[in-house]
Amino acid sequence: MGASTPAPGSVGQVERQTARLFTASEPLHLANGDTLGPIDVAFETYGTLSADRDNAVFICHALTGDAHAAGFLPGATRPGWWDNLIGPGKPLDTDRMFVICANLLGGCQGTTGPSSINPATDAPYGLSFPLLTVADLVEVHRALIHHLGITRLLAAFGGSLGGMQVLHWGLSYPDEVANAVVIAASSRLTAQNIAFSAVARRAIMDDPGFAEGDYAAQGLNPDAGLAIARMMAHITYLSEDALTEKFGRQPHQADNVPGFGIDFAVESYLDHQGQVFLERFDALSYLYLSRVMDYFDPFAAPDALDAVTAHPVKWLVMAFDTDWRFGTEHSRRIARRLELAAQPVTFREIASPWGHDSFLLVVPDYHATISAFLDRALTEVQR
Amino acid sequence: MSLRPELALLAELIPDSARVLDLGCGSGALLEHLITARDCRGTGVEIDHDAIIEAIGRGVPVIDLDIDTELDHFADHSYDVVVLSRTIQTLRRPADVLRQMARIGDQLIVSVPNFALLRNRLRLLGGRMPMSRDLPYSWYDSPNLRFTSLVDLEELFAAVHLRVERRIVLAPSGRPARSGQALANLFGAAAVYVLRA
Repeated sequence: MGASTPAPGSVGQVERQTARLFTASEPLHLANGDTLGPIDVAFETYGTLSADRDNAVFICHALTGDAHAAGFLPGATRPGWWDNLIGPGKPLDTDRMFVICANLLGGCQGTTGPSSINPATDAPYGLSFPLLTVADLVEVHRALIHHLGITRLLAAFGGSLGGMQVLHWGLSYPDEVANAVVIAASSRLTAQNIAFSAVARRAIMDDPGFAEGDYAAQGLNPDAGLAIARMMAHITYLSEDALTEKFGRQPHQADNVPGFGIDFAVESYLDHQGQVFLERFDALSYLYLSRVMDYFDPFAAPDALDAVTAHPVKWLVMAFDTDWRFGTEHSRRIARRLELAAQPVTFREIASPWGHDSFLLVVPDYHATISAFLDRALTEVQR
Repeated sequence: MSLRPELALLAELIPDSARVLDLGCGSGALLEHLITARDCRGTGVEIDHDAIIEAIGRGVPVIDLDIDTELDHFADHSYDVVVLSRTIQTLRRPADVLRQMARIGDQLIVSVPNFALLRNRLRLLGGRMPMSRDLPYSWYDSPNLRFTSLVDLEELFAAVHLRVERRIVLAPSGRPARSGQALANLFGAAAVYVLRA
């Protein structure tokens, strides 16, 4: 499928753009006091920015996402990761909205991250890359929208770690975000959440191929560790019922001989998820971005609600009833805290069998809710 | 935009610029009016999916939760006015909900259909369950779990230490009844109460 014959509702062929938003002489000031520069950011845009620049929606991606949210890159047969949501006539309607998605700071899909070359040393940063926070990710997003000539978003929009960025953005710069959509996110990871991250990181760091983070320079890669991290994460992304429905206890092959190989279909699925992940994701980015989530606790600051109290943002907070990674209670906590600041908050728990992954899937009630919220948002700015 | 008469009456009882929580907000008509025409801020609570989506489309913030069990979501004294419009008869724990409303808001507005309306009494005497404009459901598809007269309802208000500041009795037309307050329990098809703790 190419640009000449886009599927109905597809944005068609898209291209990845890159912008240098910070330099060595004008670096990003990180929340921890460090500086970082240069920073290049890979991003894509869909739709057209209105003359009044009031129809921009910024997609914040999750832990392992990238800038390619919709449409088809040249030669590709599979669309971007949120193509079911973004396109003409879809809930993020590119006939009316200008949609931006950028790879996160610390990522590995075109934006500066720990495996990028540090120009000061001509070698990958490795573990000398500074620790990041959600605030730092958002500062880079802000620099990008300013670069694109946008001062106020119609909406910031994201699921999981993406929702955490939206939450921070809305709380910290409410005058830049008219509407904030926070999906299957958390304002504070639980011990169980951190525990899963800890095991993933340990799998990566204890892999001999990790080489203290110097694997790229030494021609190595912690393949086993990164694949295990991904396999385990995938279990947390799906509900027990979803795994049962997808795989049950089906054997991987009909003439299976019991052993310690891939005997069950679910094992084959996880193995495949781990292997394809190696082709697109970097182990250091996994460490850095998972750590970002562990420390996120935006309501802990005593003045957390001050800015948004003065400049209310319209919030849509959504959870999925079978999500056990960031269950409904995480989203309720967000909604409740925002309530304390008298914010206009819409909260929904959506019924879906698919667990945390639901936010990436077509769940009709979920998409109808987004459409209703964004249609109203667009009507409000354009009337 | 024109509100149906009872919602217009509720709206008149709510001060301008108030922060309003509407429990059982339906598709959000009252809150939309209060937000757009009266400078109010507000939140609706609803569990019906289609109604929620309609309310969101109207720009009304809606929280999807169970009024009976989940009002802990809202902080103490976080709203000026809490509205429970034609919903108390559908609740499993009306006394708990009234206590929660008093915790969350300063002023409470409760409207309720009157099961003891003369017409209902006559229908019951004739051997049939009451059905009317205010009680439009058959017994088998009614969302109403509880049936109260105004007298019984006022006893509940007293039991949970709510003071009736004002009572407006509605005729079957939905407009304030002309008949005397003394006969409200006989001739009122519904009533709107303004309460305070």
